[in-house]
Amino acid sequence: MTAGATYTSIASTTLSSTASSVTFSSISGAYTDLVLVISARAASGNYHTLKINSDSGSNYSRTWIYGDGTSASSGRQSNASFIYLVTEVIPSAASTFDTVITNINNYSNATTYKTIMSRGNNSADQTGATVALWRSTSAITTLLIATDAGGNYQIGSTFSLYGIAAA
Amino acid sequence: MKIGIMASQISGHLTPATSYESIATTTLSTGATTITFSSIPATYKHLQLRTMCASDSGSAEQALKVSFNSNTTTTDYYAHRLNGNGATAGVYTTQDFLLGEVASTGSGYAVNVIDILDYTNTNKYKTGRALFGIDNNGSGFVGLFSMVWMKTDAITSITLTQNTQIFRTYSSFALYGVK
Repeated sequence: MTAGATYTSIASTTLSSTASSVTFSSISGAYTDLVLVISARAASGNYHTLKINSDSGSNYSRTWIYGDGTSASSGRQSNASFIYLVTEVIPSAASTFDTVITNINNYSNATTYKTIMSRGNNSADQTGATVALWRSTSAITTLLIATDAGGNYQIGSTFSLYGIAAA
Repeated sequence: MKIGIMASQISGHLTPATSYESIATTTLSTGATTITFSSIPATYKHLQLRTMCASDSGSAEQALKVSFNSNTTTTDYYAHRLNGNGATAGVYTTQDFLLGEVASTGSGYAVNVIDILDYTNTNKYKTGRALFGIDNNGSGFVGLFSMVWMKTDAITSITLTQNTQIFRTYSSFALYGVK
C-alpha cells in the first residue's frame, strides 16, 4: 500500500461584500474527489443552488431527506435545470450561518454521470441530506453556487473548495 | 488545512501539512464481486472510505456490505439506517455488516463517504458511519448508516461486497487515513 498526503485547498473566498453567486472555475483535474464547504448567510427566503460547467439544461435531478424537529420527510425532483444543494433555507438572521458540505466524487472522469452529495445544517430550520445527479460524462471544471431567488449572500459567508487525490 | 514549517526548512518557509493521506484505491476496469483493503497501517487515528459504486446489469439498489478482518459473522455487527427514497423517510436496523449503498442498473453510481473511527483501539468496539446517496433522475435513495462491529480487535482489513452481485466497471473505492 502506498500513502500520500492529500485533502488540498484549491480555492477559498470569504465575502467582503454581498454577492448573489460564487464561481469556482478552471478546476484542475488533478484530484479524485472534490469537497465544497459553505458557511453562509443570505437575504431572506433564499436557497443554495449549484450549476456545473455552466450547464442550464434539464440535466439535473435530486433526492433528499430532512428533519425539521417535528418530522422527517423525503422527496425528489427530476429533469431540473440546476441543483438545490440542500433543502434548508439559507439563514438570514444576523450572525447566523448555515453549514453545507458537498462531496463530488470522481468529478474529472469522462465516463460516468456525476453524483453530488450534500449535508445541510441550519439550526433554525432543519438538517438533511441531498443526493443529486448531473447527467453528463464531462469532467467538472466549473462550479457556480448561487441563491435561487436572486438574493445576495451576506458579508462573511465563506466558500471553500478542496481536492482529494486517491493513491 | 494546517500550515506547518518543515524541519528541513526551519529558516521559516511555510509549507502545507495535512493529516489526511491516501492509503490505497481501486477503480474497476472489469466487474468484481469483492474489494479488499488489507494490511492497513496502524499509523492513523481514523479511516475514511470514499466509494462510487454500482451493480451489474439486472441488480436492484442494495446495501453495501462492509466487513472487518474477514469477519462475516453477521451477529458480530449491528447496523442502523435512516433514508429517504424520494417519497418517505424510513428507518431500518439489522444484525449485519451494512454500511452504505450500491446503485442499480441506471446510469448513476452510488456515492458513500464512510468514516471508521479509532480503528486501532483494542479497548473499543468499532463504529462506522456513512453518508450515502444515489439518484437516477426519478429514483434514488439518500441517507445515513451507522454500524458497530462488536469486536475490540484493531482493524487491519476491510472487505466490500454485495449480497451476490458484481460491482460494475468504473466503480471506485478509495481508502484514506486521518492522523
